[in-house]
Formats: sequence, structure tokens, C-alpha cells
Amino acid sequence: MATGNRRLLPGFHLSLGYSVLYLSVLVLIPLAACLAKAAALSPSQFMAAVWTERARAAYSLTFGVSFAAALINVLLGGLIAWVLVRYEFPGKRLFDSLVDLPFALPTAVAGLVYSNLYVSNGWLGRFLVPLGIEGAYTRLAIVLVLTFIGLPFVVRTVQPVLETLDADVEEAAALLGANRWQIFVRVLLPSLYPAFLTGFALSFARALGEYGSVVFVSGNMPFKTEIAPVLIVQRLEEFSYSEATAIAVVLLLISFALLVAVNLLERWSKSHEA
Amino acid sequence: MKPESIRLAAPARLQRRSEDPWFVKWTLILLAVTVMGLLVIVPVANVFYHALAGGLGTYWRSLVLDSDTRHSILLTLTVAPIAVAANVIFGVAAAWAIARFRFPGRTILTTLIDLPFSVSPVVVGLMFILIFGLQGTLGPWLREHGIKIVFALPGLILVTCFVTLPFVARELIPLMEAVGADEEIAALSLGANGWQMFWRITLPNIKWGMLYGVILCNARAMGEFGAVYVISGHIAGQTDTMPLRVEKLFQEYNLPGSFAVASVLTLLALVTLVVKLFLERQSRRQREEATESTDLAETSNRIDSTTYCQTTLEKQP
Repeated sequence: MATGNRRLLPGFHLSLGYSVLYLSVLVLIPLAACLAKAAALSPSQFMAAVWTERARAAYSLTFGVSFAAALINVLLGGLIAWVLVRYEFPGKRLFDSLVDLPFALPTAVAGLVYSNLYVSNGWLGRFLVPLGIEGAYTRLAIVLVLTFIGLPFVVRTVQPVLETLDADVEEAAALLGANRWQIFVRVLLPSLYPAFLTGFALSFARALGEYGSVVFVSGNMPFKTEIAPVLIVQRLEEFSYSEATAIAVVLLLISFALLVAVNLLERWSKSHEA
Repeated sequence: MKPESIRLAAPARLQRRSEDPWFVKWTLILLAVTVMGLLVIVPVANVFYHALAGGLGTYWRSLVLDSDTRHSILLTLTVAPIAVAANVIFGVAAAWAIARFRFPGRTILTTLIDLPFSVSPVVVGLMFILIFGLQGTLGPWLREHGIKIVFALPGLILVTCFVTLPFVARELIPLMEAVGADEEIAALSLGANGWQMFWRITLPNIKWGMLYGVILCNARAMGEFGAVYVISGHIAGQTDTMPLRVEKLFQEYNLPGSFAVASVLTLLALVTLVVKLFLERQSRRQREEATESTDLAETSNRIDSTTYCQTTLEKQP
């Protein structure tokens, strides 16, 4: 399929022109407006907006809970992917399609239910709160709901890789005298590594920007359970647009860095396979 | 074919060796099912339990007789289809450009399409406020001309389009690349014009993949919260969509009402999953049929006919 297609197939200019126009109006111009607004601030103003004590608390909380949730997702997602690929059991197909539910369920619903499940008279809080596990309006609550939101990412990146792994390699390792655990650690894990990393990065990135579910469960107390997106909304409601924009730019830069990282990871894992 | 035949030929003893002992297997399955149960199934059950706890009468009343809730349902049913339609048109155009042609900046365009996924929804709302808001670049001009975008329907549509932009395009680009241009070139060489080719060849070929993108796009459009929260101003009865209504009722301690709206959204998510499953099966079947037919038709034959078409087309003035 060379450039010669342009002579054979119609609509090159129309389709490309429309795509670029649509992307510019909807994505590029708003992004540029956001960056321009932040650039209009002097460096000291910018720092004053993004480096207040409250903002720092919000960043470290956002990072901490997102990291924790992504890490939990790697463990749970790895387990679920393994079970889905390696074993047969009744109800497996239903189980498989339920993994995607967090993608399909509106985040507000997730937030509402999770805030309700872990309070002291909720379905799960009833058992957990007497044990001292407070899963509502705490940091743990944020981690829990972010784990729900990010669960499909790791499963759906690890599952296809696990499926394509050759049984031959494991059999060879077994023939050479490796036990199951050695095979898992030395043979399987190295080939699953890139997929796990990609899944981790995707679920981490999703968690960083998440708003809808967290506002319900966190209680949004400054310095304690206030995440960065909530802080942006706070600043907006106070009509301090510049400060909101400055914090937004910090979030934007972090998520772009993650996007680049995910792309590099995917390229790396592809070259790894080849 | 090859790897399967090798695996079949492997002796039974070896096969068993690479399988886990039964207690490992069932412990892991039990663990996975428990995790899914606690994280996913219990919450879904909880939504319906609380929505219906007051009986069907209360459920009906809080959904239909509350005028603000009714308005939020209508608003969601207005915003989502418009956003989906806009992104379908964009998705088809972008996929046609990217999958059928090579041009400078093609990789950048593909990356840009993914960009909305990595922007926090709250930041999306903020960006549009910075342009269309009263203090924004276009704000004063819009006010002079009496056009309302922020805190109104156009704003809701814009942010929803942004947030759901990648879904259809991401589905269509690899699909169109896999289907290839042979049939389209053949149609053109037989005298079809561009639109005839599009409606009769291209669209039927990408139909299932497109619907798949539409269903994901729609689920996200109806469920979007953060971006809509910021741009809408959260005005009950005016700019509250269903997810925003869930939050408003939650803040007002009207849990039955909140869960009633949430249950409708959950039902939507479940329907999305079922339709998605169906579409995955359809598109797999379509792809298998496509590869089978190419296998049957002998690839060399196909290349001959394409080059023939190309040469005849190139000869035309």
C-alpha cells in the first residue's frame, strides 16, 4: 500500500482534512489554550499556584493512592488473567465478560456503591469496620475504588500475551528438571514483564486523572483525602482560573509522560517478541 | 496449523507435567472468583438492592415523577447520541485516511487520536471553560452574540465528544488495515463512484467493528462525570446529566433516588457488555470468513486482479 493509493482510492484530502480539522477544534486548540493560560503566569506565580502545601498534599495523595491501586491491580489482574487463560471452570465466559464491567460502568455509579458498601452499616463495612478497617471516606476508600476502576487494564494487557506463550518452552523447562515455581519465575514471568508494566502504567494513568468515583468515596478533606483533580475543581469554584490551570498543566504533563512511556513500552515489548 | 499439530503430538505425560496440581488450580480459581465477587459482583448487586429496597412504587416515583431526574435522563439521551454520531463520522474519516494512505505525520495523527484517553476529565472541562467561559478567550464575544456554550448543552456535547473521541477510530483503524483495499479498488475499477464504493463495500466490511466502537463510545458518553461536572455548572433540571444527578441526589441524602438513577446506568453497562460480547463474536466470524475466502481464492489470483485494476485505472486519463 504505497502512496500510489492516492491515485486509486478517492477521499484522501476529504478524510484527512476533516480528521485534522476535528482534532484541532476539539483537542489541539483547547490544549493550546490551557498551556497558553499557564504560560501567561510568571514562574513565581506558577510555582505559587502549584506548590502550595495543600497542592503538595494533593499530589502526594494522588500519586500514592494511584500507585497502590495500580500495584494491587497488577497482582489481582495477573491472577485473574492466569485463571482465565490456564484453567477451565464453569461460568468462565461470564466471568471473562464481567472483567470489562469497570470500563462500562459510569464512574459515578462506582463511587456511589463503594461509598455505600464500606460504611459501618454497609454490606462489607458491617464486617470490616469492627475490625478497624475503615473503607469509606479514608485513603483506603480511594485505593479501593481506584482498584475497581483500573482492574480491566492489567487483565486485558496480560491475557493476550499469556495466551500466545508457547507450551513448548514450559515443557522444555520441565524436561530440564525445573519445577513449576521455577518455570513460573524464570520462564513465564520474563515474557509477561512488558505486559505487566504496560497494564500497570495504563491503570496508574487512569487512576491519576480519575474524579467521578473518588469524589463520592473520599470525603474530600484538604490535606487528608483531597486528590489533585478535586483541588482543580475547588479552585475553579473559587473562580481562581489561573491556579486551577497551573495545577491542570502539572497533571497534563504527568499524563503525557505516562502516555509516552506506555508507547515506548509497547514498542519495546513488540521488539521483545520478535 | 503448525503449532497445534505439534502440541497434539506431544506425549500425554509431558502434557500433564505442565499442568498445575488440582489444589493449586482450584485455590487460584477460588481466589480469582472471590476477588471479582467482592470488587465487581457485590457492588452491582448492591446497586439494584438499594434501588429496589423501597419497593417498585418508590423506584418508579423517584425515576419518573421527579422532574429533575426526568430531565437528566432526557439530557443524557440527547448528549450521548450526538457525541457518538460526531465521533463515528470522525472515526470513519480518520480510519480511511490512516489505514488507506501513507502521508507525512501519519504516526503523529494516530497518537493524537489516543490523547483524550490520557487527559483527566476534570482538565478537559477546564480547557473548554478557558476558551468559552466568561473570562475565556471567546467568552466576551459569545456573550455579545447571545451564544451560551459553558453551563449549557453545547458545552456538554463538546466535552463528551472530546472524552469519547478515540473509541470508534481506534476500533476502525486496525480493522480497515486488516480488511485491505482490494475490494474497494475492484469496485472502483468496475465503475463505482466514491460514495457507492463507501456505502456498498467499505461500510459493510467494517460494520461490526464500527458498532463495537459505537457501543463503547456510547457507554462512556452516557457515564462521563468529571468533564461534564466542570463544564455544566451542575444546575439541576437544566444541565444535570444522569451521572451528575446521581451525585446531586447523593449530596441531598436522597439515597433511594440516587440509587434508582444509578441502577438505570448499571443496567446500561450490563447491556453494553452483552452487546459487546455479541459484536465480538460477529466480527470474529466476519474476519474468519474474510480470511477463508482469501485462502480459497488463491492469493496469486487476487494479486493479479488487483494489478490489473491498477493498471487499467492508471491508464485512464
